[in-house]
Amino acid sequence: MAFFVFVCAALMILGGAVGVIISQHPVHAALSLILTLFGVAVLYVAQDAHFLAAVQVIVYAGAIVVLFLFVIMLLGVDSAEDLQIEPIPVQRPLAAIVALGIVGVISAAIVQARSTIASGTRSGIDIPTVSGDADGNIRQLARDLFSDHVFAFELTSVLLVVAVVGTVLLARRPDKSGAAS
Amino acid sequence: MTATVALALEPTPVWYLLLAALLFGVGAFGVMIRRNPLIMFMCVELMLNAVNLSFVALARSLGDIGGQTTVFFVMVVAAAEVVVGLGIIVAILRRRPNTTADDMVELKG
Repeated sequence: MAFFVFVCAALMILGGAVGVIISQHPVHAALSLILTLFGVAVLYVAQDAHFLAAVQVIVYAGAIVVLFLFVIMLLGVDSAEDLQIEPIPVQRPLAAIVALGIVGVISAAIVQARSTIASGTRSGIDIPTVSGDADGNIRQLARDLFSDHVFAFELTSVLLVVAVVGTVLLARRPDKSGAAS
Repeated sequence: MTATVALALEPTPVWYLLLAALLFGVGAFGVMIRRNPLIMFMCVELMLNAVNLSFVALARSLGDIGGQTTVFFVMVVAAAEVVVGLGIIVAILRRRPNTTADDMVELKG
């Protein structure tokens, strides 16, 4: 059963990712991105990270993709890119080689470290099906977040305020009178 | 016998990490070959998700909730990054519609 879930989610993730990079149309790419993000959320549930799965669906598949679609609609949907045009002749083969190199190096590192990864104890993390506490993951995450990382948590609020102010400044139409820019 | 097969097919953290590596590679490939700034941005999101997935897999494998806390912070930063990045893209594309990444050479110093 877990194997079946993993394979389905992996197909969703990789299919969506390939869809993002081969879609001519940005809207199709955004919809493929939703497929990938949902697949990742499924894998979070499969690994008992329930809170992160909910946040993944709400923030990523909800807010971020809607923001992407909003910008695509705002800028006009006629900007389909012709994928046959290759501006720099050797760009795609080189990109393929580099990407395969990245995957190869990371995979080699994972395979080499597999004994360390697999032999770790699972005692430090709450698994609801084992502990019988349905909210165990959320409680444990909250305790870690609001005790050990409370300063970083407060800093993220500063980050969000800065991002909002910066975006308002960026997106504002230039003043016609030229008084302020 | 069936129990042994089911156990053997239980996805281990190594599977999740290999899947994350593949997703990261696809995202990196997309950033390198696409010229539409919006789609390049989506590919960056793919790479971020690959890293988040490996964080969660390692958090479970090593028994440390800190990995999941990190993913939480990555999501916050990614949301802020998308807001600012899309603001910049809108500012550029409103001035010059249908711009690709190659047309932004005027940003050169």
